[in-house]
Amino acid sequence: MTNIERPTSASEVAAVATPSTSLGALKRPVASTGWKSWLFTVDHKKLGIMYSAAALFFFIVGGLEAVLIRLQLAAPNGKILNADLYNQMFTMHATTMVFLFVMPMAAGLANYFIPLQIGARDVAFPRINAFSFWAFLFGGIFLNLAWFLGGAADGGWFMYAPNSGPVFSPSHGVDFWALGLQITGIASLAGAVNLITTVLNMRAPGMKLMRMPIFTWMQLVVQFLLLFAVPVITVALFLLSFQRNFGATFFDVSAGADPLLWQHLFWIFGHPEVYILILPSFGVISEVLPVFSRKPLFGYPFVVFSGAAIGFVGWGVWAHHMFASGLGPVSVAVFSISTMAIAVPTGVKIVNWTMTIWGGKLQFTVAMKFAVGLIVLFTIGGLSGVTHSVAPSDTQQTDTYYIVAHFHYVLFGGAIFGLFSGFYYWWPKVFGKLLNEKLGTWNFWMMVIGMNMTFGPMHILGLQGQPRRMYQWTEARAGEGFFNFGFWNMFASIGSLVLTTGVLLFLINIVITARNGKVSPLDPWDARSLEWMTTNPPKEHNFDSIPTISHLDEFFHRKYEEDANGQMVKVKTAEQVLKELEDNADAHIHMPSPSYWPIVLAAGLPVIAFGMIYSIPIAIFGGVIVLFGCYGWAIEPSTAPDDDFDPPATTKDVVHVG
Amino acid sequence: MTTEIHTTTEHGMSNAGYVRIAAILAAITALEVATYYIDLGALFLPSLLIMMAVKFYIVVSFFMHLRYESKLFSWVFYAGLFLAMTVYGIFLATFHFFS
Amino acid sequence: MWFTLAEHAVLTADSHADSHGGAHTSTGLSNNKLGMWLFLGSECLLFGGLISTYMLYRGRVGEGPRPSQVFDIPFTSVSSFVLLMSSLTMVLAVSAAHKGDDRNTYLWTTITALLGATFVGGQVYEFTAFYNEGMGFTTSLFSSSFYVLTGFHGVHVTVGIIMLMSIVGIMKRSKVPGSKSETVEMIGLYWHFVDVVWIIIFTLIYLIPA
Ligand code: HEM
Ligand SMILES: [Cu+2]
Repeated sequence: MTNIERPTSASEVAAVATPSTSLGALKRPVASTGWKSWLFTVDHKKLGIMYSAAALFFFIVGGLEAVLIRLQLAAPNGKILNADLYNQMFTMHATTMVFLFVMPMAAGLANYFIPLQIGARDVAFPRINAFSFWAFLFGGIFLNLAWFLGGAADGGWFMYAPNSGPVFSPSHGVDFWALGLQITGIASLAGAVNLITTVLNMRAPGMKLMRMPIFTWMQLVVQFLLLFAVPVITVALFLLSFQRNFGATFFDVSAGADPLLWQHLFWIFGHPEVYILILPSFGVISEVLPVFSRKPLFGYPFVVFSGAAIGFVGWGVWAHHMFASGLGPVSVAVFSISTMAIAVPTGVKIVNWTMTIWGGKLQFTVAMKFAVGLIVLFTIGGLSGVTHSVAPSDTQQTDTYYIVAHFHYVLFGGAIFGLFSGFYYWWPKVFGKLLNEKLGTWNFWMMVIGMNMTFGPMHILGLQGQPRRMYQWTEARAGEGFFNFGFWNMFASIGSLVLTTGVLLFLINIVITARNGKVSPLDPWDARSLEWMTTNPPKEHNFDSIPTISHLDEFFHRKYEEDANGQMVKVKTAEQVLKELEDNADAHIHMPSPSYWPIVLAAGLPVIAFGMIYSIPIAIFGGVIVLFGCYGWAIEPSTAPDDDFDPPATTKDVVHVG
Repeated sequence: MTTEIHTTTEHGMSNAGYVRIAAILAAITALEVATYYIDLGALFLPSLLIMMAVKFYIVVSFFMHLRYESKLFSWVFYAGLFLAMTVYGIFLATFHFFS
Repeated sequence: MWFTLAEHAVLTADSHADSHGGAHTSTGLSNNKLGMWLFLGSECLLFGGLISTYMLYRGRVGEGPRPSQVFDIPFTSVSSFVLLMSSLTMVLAVSAAHKGDDRNTYLWTTITALLGATFVGGQVYEFTAFYNEGMGFTTSLFSSSFYVLTGFHGVHVTVGIIMLMSIVGIMKRSKVPGSKSETVEMIGLYWHFVDVVWIIIFTLIYLIPA
């Protein structure tokens, strides 16, 4: 039996502070239960859960903002929001959904499942992992503080000049926005360094790159995109902050500036960003489809390479968001063609998924339903994307509801459906209980119907000329007959309520499952990849002994072998496979120890940001917190020394993690 | 496990070697500054850019040991560098910066 | 193509690990170093963005002075030289650390920090001089983008100095968790990177006239 050992509170830093020990002023936290065990944890699984829980909270916030937008637009001359509030609402809705829901939710899944999928016991830098989470959370809260301090950001999530300037946006909203995103950006960047290192360096023996589960692969691409895209938005946001807080004029046309500077920087980041949003979900369904089709993923190398190709080509298309900005014919032509090209690797993926299902023994669990839903809905969004890649056609569509239809099909129908597929698939792994399938089916259908009712009509509205980001539409310009604005706007708004009900059913499902959900068997889906080759939920150290990998779909190959007729037959149960690992369990495992410093360091960041807006001394105080955190961090070993463990390790065979 | 691993790779260079490298860098810097005072005509821009690239390469390869380290390090670093050059190059080109 | 080559690099690193048997990481490479190189790759896009912004705006001086009117090439050449030489002292510190020679590690690390401080001091002097010649932060697009770019670089150098001084302090108290020489080497990587950024800035911003 494995003996997972914990540091005791007694030693580490001697109780009496002598000059040489007082540097580590705080004793290491040791709680393994209760709230302290969460606050100071460096465990990738706990952090994964916290990421996802926080993201879910922001999903609700962003969803309520969306409902307000739809209620406002349901009928002509909407009165629910005034123009100013409406602007804040759509800005914060998009910002919240992109940066505070989809990204951290994907980060949560990455945190939880990458180490499990590659056979590691934790990430490469456990404390940086904790720091990333807290920085994301504090950044997200900071962003939303603006609601209570004079109004939130109101320039759209792309924050074009001159709307971002003090003239059109005199409140502090945009300041909070720019600095809040700066903080979540730091979180993403630290996370990217951490996860890439983890994937490259922490794989179990034999886990070659081309044996890695596809979710890990897609996340690897995503983390590279973050690594290189985040600094670009960092530059843009700094320029914006300097303009707003220190009087520079980077985007001020009257001072001779070029407003396209912002647009370029934003979209150089922004287009890779849309792949940052979608690729994790592609990864999820590439896990789910094979499991519920009882077939290996069709063309695994193609899915890997097309994912990487998307990540690469995604850098060369950004100006398709700027076709109407007067870029000049050459630029427009070049970016139009590259945009058409990027649809190819995306298409490859869709073909691969379809071929995976083709001829399989399909099991329509809720996870599978969401995965198939993604294929269908994302394809619709991809096709409308191709229609905007044709620049002359895009000049008709840009800034209309047609664009809104496009990105909601790819983001809601794609990214979010993928995440939901992951929720239903992995819930038993994380919590040991199965989400209710029946309620899940309702959840699924309400979301499918709601999403098509809401976003489908926006194609029509857009082609009819309803502009984006207008707080009211009027009867006089609503048109007639089938294409009447009135009918379709009302229809879309009702759809949004159906959609909300769908999401609500998911929340209810969580509660019901927590109360009296069915306890999951060890391997509920007869799964294929490594994260299932451990208990539900996994032990703190993930694997009793690190498995040696000899196949893609290792877990499947341990359970199944080919018989004389070339059929795969089950030779071992999951329990038997697990038993083999347990029998070889490492005797003493020292996991990375909990730490105060990640949260301290992260807490300094919003203080600095707050000070940048209101008063520099506060910023300096924040800087001191950060510095203090850095020192504490630097002198504290990531894993407590062996003699600090209970029982003190005397044997040589201690396995150190992190 | 991070802290334990310390692969004692031989970094392939003695202190005297480093001083020689620094002398080369200093010499190139002197040449760079000289271009400011000497009229090189059409050669001015290319010569400065080449000298800059050479200095960059020398520091990265020798002082940062990239030459002696795993190719993987070179890949992640140069991927960022060349991506930056390409993307920002195109970006400046759309402003007709080079024409 | 880019991708297959990168893939190849990982795979060779993989096999490298295999041939060395019990390496601790899958590639046999240190997590810290890999993480640092990833971070530096990312920094290329940060400085690239700032440099490009400057390039776009260097000619837009409005009523304020033009670059050639304020730049003092001899002065900046000297401070560039100082920073360049700090890379030499840094590498000597790393080399001493690898040999376990604490005394020389402290010595060269401290000298590196001092050279860095000289550079930053020079920058403060330069900024003051520019300001006195009528080039404030908000004077023109040129001035703002110049100060943001060089200021960002200066902040990077300052962070490096703080790290260098801290590591000496922490090392003297034997408080460094993990490998001392690797810690010094990591700071070294950062320091050299900041130096190569300045190599680029010196040429593109100072020597090539707008
Ligand atoms: C088949 C691949 C795709 C193509 C060809 C494509 C093309 C385009 C084009 C040309 C635009 C600009 C339209 C305009 O503003 O006039 C656009 C907007 C947008 N796309 Fe896509 N797209 C594709 C996939 C995606 C994916 C996968 C996502 C996200 C998951 C996405 C998210 C967005 C968003 C958010 C916008 C609107 C940005 C804004 O103006 O606020 N697209 N797309
Ligand atoms: Cu795009």
